[in-house]
Amino acid sequence: MTRDKAQDQDTTAGETVLAVDGLKVIGRPSDVEIVSGVSVSVGRGEILSLVGESGSGKTTLGLSLLAHCKRATRISAGRVEVAGKDLASLSERGVRELRGRAVAYIPQSPASALNPALRLRTQLGEALHDASLSAAEAVARMREVLREVALPDDDAFLTRYPHQLSGGQQQRVAIAMAFVGRPDVIVLDEPTTGLDVTTQAHVLGTIRRMTREYGTAGVYISHDMAVVADLADEVAVMYRGELVERGRTDEVMSAPEHHYTRQLLRAVPLLRTEGHEDEAEPEGEPLLRVSGLSAGYGRTRVLEGIDVSVSRGECVALLGESGSGKTTLARSVAGLHHQFTGEVLFDGRRMATSSYRRTAEQRRRVQYVFQNPYEALNPRKRVRDQILGPYRHLTGRPGDPDAVVAEALERAALSASYADRFPEQLSGGERQRVCIARAVATRPDLMVCDEITSALDVSVQAEIVQLLRNLQDGGMALLFVTHNIALVSNIAQRVAVLDQGRIVEYGPVGRVMSAPEHEYTRALISDTPDFQPALAGTSE
Amino acid sequence: MTRLIVVRLLFGALTLWAVSLVVFAATQALPGDAAQMILGRDATPQRVEVLRDQLNLHEPVAVQYMQWLQGIVQGDLGTSYSNRMPVSEVLASPVGSSLALMGMAALVATPVALAVGAFSALRRDRTFDHASSLGTLVVASIPEFVVGILLILLLGPGGLDLLPSVYSRVGGPDQWVLPVLTLAFAVAPPIVRMMRATMIEVLESEYVQQARLKGLDERVVLWRHAAPNAIGPVAQVVALQLAWLAGGVVAVEFLFNFPGVGKILMDAIENRDVPLIQAVVLLIAGVYILVNLLADVTGLAANPKVRVANR
Amino acid sequence: MSAPSKTDTVPAAVRTRGAGLLRTAWGFGRTKVGVVLTGLIVLIAVAGPFVAPYTPTEFVAKPFETGADGTVFGGDNRGRDVLTRFLWGGWTLLLLAGSAAGIGVVAGAVVGVVAGYQRGWLDDALMRANDILLAFPQLIAALLVMSVLGPQVWLIVAVIAVSHMPRVARVVREATRKVIEQDYVKAAEAIGLPRWRIMAVEILPNVSSPLLVELGLRLTYSIGVVAVLGFLGMGLQPPTADWGLMINENRQGMAAQPWAVALPVTAIAVLTIGVNLITDGLSRAAIGIDRGVGK
Repeated sequence: MTRDKAQDQDTTAGETVLAVDGLKVIGRPSDVEIVSGVSVSVGRGEILSLVGESGSGKTTLGLSLLAHCKRATRISAGRVEVAGKDLASLSERGVRELRGRAVAYIPQSPASALNPALRLRTQLGEALHDASLSAAEAVARMREVLREVALPDDDAFLTRYPHQLSGGQQQRVAIAMAFVGRPDVIVLDEPTTGLDVTTQAHVLGTIRRMTREYGTAGVYISHDMAVVADLADEVAVMYRGELVERGRTDEVMSAPEHHYTRQLLRAVPLLRTEGHEDEAEPEGEPLLRVSGLSAGYGRTRVLEGIDVSVSRGECVALLGESGSGKTTLARSVAGLHHQFTGEVLFDGRRMATSSYRRTAEQRRRVQYVFQNPYEALNPRKRVRDQILGPYRHLTGRPGDPDAVVAEALERAALSASYADRFPEQLSGGERQRVCIARAVATRPDLMVCDEITSALDVSVQAEIVQLLRNLQDGGMALLFVTHNIALVSNIAQRVAVLDQGRIVEYGPVGRVMSAPEHEYTRALISDTPDFQPALAGTSE
Repeated sequence: MTRLIVVRLLFGALTLWAVSLVVFAATQALPGDAAQMILGRDATPQRVEVLRDQLNLHEPVAVQYMQWLQGIVQGDLGTSYSNRMPVSEVLASPVGSSLALMGMAALVATPVALAVGAFSALRRDRTFDHASSLGTLVVASIPEFVVGILLILLLGPGGLDLLPSVYSRVGGPDQWVLPVLTLAFAVAPPIVRMMRATMIEVLESEYVQQARLKGLDERVVLWRHAAPNAIGPVAQVVALQLAWLAGGVVAVEFLFNFPGVGKILMDAIENRDVPLIQAVVLLIAGVYILVNLLADVTGLAANPKVRVANR
Repeated sequence: MSAPSKTDTVPAAVRTRGAGLLRTAWGFGRTKVGVVLTGLIVLIAVAGPFVAPYTPTEFVAKPFETGADGTVFGGDNRGRDVLTRFLWGGWTLLLLAGSAAGIGVVAGAVVGVVAGYQRGWLDDALMRANDILLAFPQLIAALLVMSVLGPQVWLIVAVIAVSHMPRVARVVREATRKVIEQDYVKAAEAIGLPRWRIMAVEILPNVSSPLLVELGLRLTYSIGVVAVLGFLGMGLQPPTADWGLMINENRQGMAAQPWAVALPVTAIAVLTIGVNLITDGLSRAAIGIDRGVGK
């Protein structure tokens, strides 16, 4: 039943294998509706994408397709039909036989979903669910799937443990594990979160190809409109547990009906490859000049021969994937990473490697904003003290502390009433604004922003980018570290592309985006999901 | 992995050496003179002087330490002051008794504790779980000798009069019951708690959820996916508790008048029998370090990330 | 769903601050029971000497006599009033155990924060020294020192405190390592805040939950060790009235006169259970709070 079935399925493409009707999931004991009355259906070989921000109920919906409810939740109404079977009618045994055979699940983080104590052979083998296969046939089938997801298929690879694989490999193993049993439906829960764009492009390509070849219906859960536009045949937009819009992908992208969909689409940073103004090369001595910088941890070198400069009021982006050394560079500039050689000039004066050996004035004028706002604020201090602490240390006791706090908050677009709150009383976006307020309170000239939007939902991300633009209009220079090339094209004037510790391309954003010279930059641009909704021009 | 274990072993040896240094230094600080102590107050100065020579007490402290250490390495633990017998002979039978006592306590406590812990995890937040959680909390808080006395008051001659409360040479096997029970009560609670916590953590992990979503049989999920990941931390706690027994046995033996190393230690302290004190403390610390080491190595061996270190 | 932004679902405007550690701990029923039990024993220990019918060294009965005239629980091994000795015998235990736990936890916290934050050779040196101290079982270490230098009050406190220190330091160091991974510590470093202020202002308040739990745990152990030392005759010396010592003195006559042992044993058991119930409440609260704020 191996090859034939797959070919059968090809011919029956389009037949509906998953139907959800009026599904309602509630949380216990509060009876909050997590998913309220959702109906969707998917045919063979097609991919439906469930889009929404965190808390929209999309993962809960995805898990209910496997008849699985998280702790303290339950399905209260509606029905789910997979390959003609109503999940509610199944016994415990029936559910077990459904999973892995009729419907499979690919988790968000394979690093924690693969069992650390078991070899890949064991974990792939038990997902096969076919007792009729001999041991040799089973291994042959495993090898086949591994080849299909572009992984090595030799014995050495099969005997590995999950921790011996890279993040991209782990994700592909998870995909292989889901497809090895030839399921009718496959649920993918943000499977590319945490992967580099290049790896993401490969993984998405694999998913697309495999669903077509196997005639599997895919349910792709995501928050990323750009990825969805590339991958899905159909889109269902979820907002606070409700399905607010559903339709063919191209239709939803070009003519969204619900205002939340429009909001989501607008928030996605567009990869602008053209239309940049020709920026004149900045003149005179730049505010920050990094030359010949090499840095490392112990004996490992992570940066080699870095030359970058930032002029007053300019935004320079450091673009690179994880492990490219971009954060190390940002931390060296801020005096948080000491093991570097080379020159860092600020306003014409050389800065020491460690922040402790820099002058108070230098520390005041260079401020750093961290990636994760959930870790960057001391949970025991009120917002007011978060802002006043550094202020007192760097500029002395303020005459009117309330005014200092209020002004800093205002520059970060928060009202002065936030001063008395503790971090736990703030949302992610608000926390990041407080971090920015803390940085701008001392009136710095240069702000180093390390991936400051990557932990936030897209709509919040768009607001923070707008805030940075306003600050820059006020004369602040920015060193903007990111892995997101689309963001770069929206905020920076110049960009330095980092690959494996070296700058491979450096120049005005307009030129780099429209005519990239280095092949790595070209690969980055082509691997980034191409997202051009017609809506870009329309406004409400 | 082998390298890691060798490093741990070396460090264990180093710790043991440091402990020997501390033990030697501590007993050196004793007021009075060893030769005088052995012979008593009435001894003539000549005899004391002769014994001093025999004991090398004229040598510098460092030399004395080296000789002492050399003796220990060769199995010569010195001569007991109180009964003039070699320490190793004095200790032979009590060490056996103590090991038997500890072994029986471990054999009683470990399986029961593991079962209770696992069952609590599977019945999470139900009556059994609450009862076992409160029970272990209460038992864990009470000092072991207090547990022993409470057991005596309850089951001993003053109470229900079911079991003898004091060990004697002529007693039957029932005199082992209370000491073993006391130690078992002292050892079990942390094992129960760790077993429960680990089981819950593993059962709620994403890889167990994923195993269930793969449609695996619940038995396979439990034994193939959950159990291997729970062994490491639990084995470590079991070993740590066994190590605790080495020290905890002292008060219990004293209470029940059980003829083990703990009782010997208390008698030696009473008689200021320095070589005996040194030997017993070193022995207990040695067992403690060794079992701790075992706990460490078990933890390492149970972790595939360490076991397969070559990437 | 990305974990960090999970809290975004709660409307920001109405968000109130979660209850603090102590208040959350108080919410558990067992914490309240613990406070009542502990309070009861502390009351007996503190008020006891003032209400005792006799002085602790007065002879009022025959040895191990129960039901002697003018006594509630009879006489002890030498004919002194059991009730009086019980009422007098608690405060020494509380004082010794309390100060040993306090000193040990403070010293351990300092060592733990410094080792965790400074890393490098200082961390290595402190932790290696720690490991060697940890190689001694707590009771054996105390017995060794007592047997050599003789049982003295300050020595009891010092030995127990020193034996607590490495255990507390290990826990605090782990907690510190978690805190310094957080970016707010790096933010303070970036503006050049002095190291000691970072330790005092940014780190210490954020390891206070495990520290408080550790204090409770160490207090339970201190009570146990002080009591067991008394029981072994290596703690306070006769004729002091002390619960541990009382058990030692009277255990031979346990069958004839159970009260002289039962009273102090029960008191010690109730006290340690009470303290441990409070500690358990604190640690549950700490886990809950860490889960809410950690991300």
